[in-house]
Amino acid sequence: MNDRIKKLREQSINAVNRISSERARLITEFYKSPAVRGVSIPVQRALAFKYLLENKEICINDGELIVGERGPAPKATSTYPEVCIHTVKDLEILNSREKVSFAVDEETKQLYEDTLIPFWQGKSMRERIFAQLPEEWKQAYEAGIFTEFQEQRAPGHTVLGDKIYSRGFLDFKKEIAASIRALDFYEDPEALDKREELKAMDIAADALIIYAQRHARKLNELAEKEKDPRRKQELEKMAGICDRVPARAPRTFHEALQYYWFVHIGVISEVNPWDSFNPGRLDQHLFPFYKGTAFPAHEGSATPPSKGDKKNSPEEKISSLNKLPGNISEEGPGSISKEEARELLQAFWIKFNNHPAPPKTGVTAKESNTYTDFTLINIGGVKADGSDAANELSYLILDVIEEMRLVQPGSMVQISKKNPDRLLKRALKIIKTGFGQPSLFNSDAIIQELTYQGKNLEDARRGGASGCVETGAFGVESYILSGYFNLAKILEITLHNGVDPRQGKRIGLETGAAEDFAGFGDLMAAYKKQLHHFIDIKIKGNNIIARLYAKHMPVPFLSLLIDDCIEKGRDYNDGGARYDTTYIQGVGLGSLTDSLTALKYHVYDKKNITMEKMKAVLAADFSGYEDLRDELLERTPKYGRDDDYADEIAAQAFNLFYNAVTGRPCSRGGVHRINLLPTTCHVYFGSVIGALPDGRKARLPLSEGISPVQGSDCKGPTAVLKSAAKIDHLKTGGTLLNQKFTPRLLADETGLTKLLHLVRSYFKLDGHHIQFNIVDAATLRKAQRNPEQYRSLIVRVAGYSDYFVDLGVDLQNEIIARTEHNEF
Amino acid sequence: MLDTLKDYKIAGAKTGIIFDIKHFAIHDGGGIRSTVFLKGCPMKCRWCHNPESQAKEPENFPGKVSIGERVSVEHVLAEIEKDTVFYDESGGGVTFSGGEPLLQPGFLSALLLECREREIHTIVDTCGYAVPQIFNSIIDKVDLFFYDMKLMDKEKHIEYTGVSNDRVNENLKTLSEKEKAVVIRFPVIPGITDSEKNLNDIADFLSPLKGIDEIHLLPYHDTAAAKYKKFKKENLMVGVKPPPAERIEEIEKRFTGSGLKVKIGG
Repeated sequence: MNDRIKKLREQSINAVNRISSERARLITEFYKSPAVRGVSIPVQRALAFKYLLENKEICINDGELIVGERGPAPKATSTYPEVCIHTVKDLEILNSREKVSFAVDEETKQLYEDTLIPFWQGKSMRERIFAQLPEEWKQAYEAGIFTEFQEQRAPGHTVLGDKIYSRGFLDFKKEIAASIRALDFYEDPEALDKREELKAMDIAADALIIYAQRHARKLNELAEKEKDPRRKQELEKMAGICDRVPARAPRTFHEALQYYWFVHIGVISEVNPWDSFNPGRLDQHLFPFYKGTAFPAHEGSATPPSKGDKKNSPEEKISSLNKLPGNISEEGPGSISKEEARELLQAFWIKFNNHPAPPKTGVTAKESNTYTDFTLINIGGVKADGSDAANELSYLILDVIEEMRLVQPGSMVQISKKNPDRLLKRALKIIKTGFGQPSLFNSDAIIQELTYQGKNLEDARRGGASGCVETGAFGVESYILSGYFNLAKILEITLHNGVDPRQGKRIGLETGAAEDFAGFGDLMAAYKKQLHHFIDIKIKGNNIIARLYAKHMPVPFLSLLIDDCIEKGRDYNDGGARYDTTYIQGVGLGSLTDSLTALKYHVYDKKNITMEKMKAVLAADFSGYEDLRDELLERTPKYGRDDDYADEIAAQAFNLFYNAVTGRPCSRGGVHRINLLPTTCHVYFGSVIGALPDGRKARLPLSEGISPVQGSDCKGPTAVLKSAAKIDHLKTGGTLLNQKFTPRLLADETGLTKLLHLVRSYFKLDGHHIQFNIVDAATLRKAQRNPEQYRSLIVRVAGYSDYFVDLGVDLQNEIIARTEHNEF
Repeated sequence: MLDTLKDYKIAGAKTGIIFDIKHFAIHDGGGIRSTVFLKGCPMKCRWCHNPESQAKEPENFPGKVSIGERVSVEHVLAEIEKDTVFYDESGGGVTFSGGEPLLQPGFLSALLLECREREIHTIVDTCGYAVPQIFNSIIDKVDLFFYDMKLMDKEKHIEYTGVSNDRVNENLKTLSEKEKAVVIRFPVIPGITDSEKNLNDIADFLSPLKGIDEIHLLPYHDTAAAKYKKFKKENLMVGVKPPPAERIEEIEKRFTGSGLKVKIGG
């Protein structure tokens, strides 16, 4: 890492996470202005986006190679009052909370109090949503049955495909114009809506071009003042790049990265989509630029935007900027040296780290309590034709990941049976340094998952995983995570005949007193009824919320990036994408399985404890029943030990969840599906559940992902993988398995090679994802005691890595409690 | 002491006594393996790191700890077969260790045959001390032998392991004559096995043996101290430190010089 990168990296790491009121202020100004009158909602959204990008501060940090910040400075984080308007109290909590805090200055608070809150109160999406949701939904939400991703953040969750690498925004504008021309107002009753949406996309495209041009201008200004001739030249070159992209297709590695970055800023400025945004298959997209073979065939064919009838049209500004001298990139077509590419990638990495997830409060903060905003760079896998996609750049990117050692962006390696062991081994060598990156995914499973969902084979092969572990067809799918679902809580409610014992309130169905169940079959039948009851409520909520977003919060900018929104003239939030999926993410499969297993084993098979007694023991949180708890913990079959007794119940529980959700329509036109991942929600969900029959004490975290209950997987890693593979991963949109190994295991080549075989074996069994924490519990305990000495300790949480000292103590304890696999 | 054939139970052994089955064993041979630990050992090596494995029968130790359990061939096979996918992927298999697996030849033999039928690679990790007829009866059922060589001096062998090395040497010669795949395992115990003389004697002994050209050095480690405490057995190795890395390197060079392929660790 050279000095420049070192400095930028330090700056990024040390920047204070704070709230910037800039976006909220500009958006409010726009919505108060006359410009908003008389235009359709999509056009309003697009004009608001344009107003923001025309007027926000341009931030160019010293020494930067890739430019563009969402806020006025690194980690100065925008808020989105039209989605979720924070109260003054929210701001105070954000400012003062111990973990994942955001500094809020007095001026911002004042602005909120005087201007933003009075204007947005009653109009935000959050309020619209809660106003429309039925009482039963709210009760379930309060009980901790499920969470809701879209109550503070907009839908998103998608990944960019390859279209920006061969086309500029001027090309997209032409496509938009063609789509408008093709509208048939005689035959198509939605033609007007489509025209408005397309007009909005066109405005949004202009907005990003303007934003880039503003950077070009600023860079030229800086160049003029710059004393250092090398930096001066660099700034001029960067100005040229910003002048070219995103308007026209990129020709060089640098242009391609800068282009993506502007697009990224666009997506996360338009609204606050979950999982920010993601370039996806970066080694594939950039490889032609790395080798210098990417020079677009149609270079120069794109004409400037047509002089329209719009006021504030960007063309004049653009044309004046075009006259600026010396800003045509000198690289031209041709390859780039490895070292130049490395530096640019490192500069690119830092940009992600500058952008924490927008502030979350309440349950939303609990379910995803991290600054990480879940960009997940994909490396490796296969090409659209099915051949091995790993290339030189894949390895260079892995070098960058290792050297940068940042929590953002997240990174993963797709491992297909066609990829060489070298790729997996290189990834493992980084993983063994102990910061949980890159995570490992099974390409062949992902492709099968996507084709099972109905994607065509090429789209499936161009896909991958994003966020934590979520399967998606990149560039062509709207796949939205709607919220976590507390699988273990459903069991608790089943055991209490529909009553939530924490609140003493009946929120479920009356499925009979558990004491009266004649056998395990009765218990499962009752569980199934409760599960369907609550899934129905969740889906009803999802469909209401999705319609509200479709109507009130279209995203014309994101829409122009995801196919086939332009062609269909439909918004991303309204079924514009080629494929639509809404996910419900199950949490606590291990805890649920072990609890059901304990009931089957002790109450129904061995009959050594009655259900009545079990319920009394759980109500007492095992106090006075330590021997029985010991029996439940130590002498009961458990998931994660390759024991069919427990694993068959895991498969049953999985199938019930799968059947309850999969195929139910979602209001964007696709269907609901499941995946199994928790982020930090297993801690929150655990906090609303009393003692469970598996021996877990009240309020403690649930198991995470599809990992076994913490500490119960005492038969070694092969047993865990076998158990985990007994659920049908190919029917999901992603599963998450974490394992913890002691650093000693990977100390030598032998250990590394055997871990490689372990991963390959799991993938042969259709496992979707696996990740490792290579750290020992002693280190983690020390870090807990002396956080100041362990500020740089990064651990794998669930589908992401985070600074250990930034985690809540309950989550820290949960990670320490995970079984540490050693060599034998 | 097991000196005669009748001390071994061979016929119809449908069960045996094991004290553990470890999955994901990665230092007991190639690939990912499962290691089956058979209980009982004819030697009492002073540095033994599985002292709880020495007695043939299951034992009870203080604190409700019991070591060893009589199990069926089917039970062991079911455990072994659970990890077939890992063996296949990694070129692994099963390692029979102990204790001394040859102390239960009927049981071992049945397990080996069942593994062969299932195309599961087998290693027998043996101290070599067995009645030759017994030893010969399993030779052809094993894919690879891990064969311990400790001390060439007979008196010292008796002193430190409790038995003579005559049979050990004889059985190894048989393996060589039959051209079986063998890896020598040599525990480097400071002050006991690492004398120049012993190293020379081992190298000289191995050099005429055809096909035996790989040796693994197993440096002494003191992790068993906790076990001696736990199982209330007298630890005769108190104060012995693991050999320094430089010493291991020297020994590696010594054997490499004799044309042996040397690996450190399992």
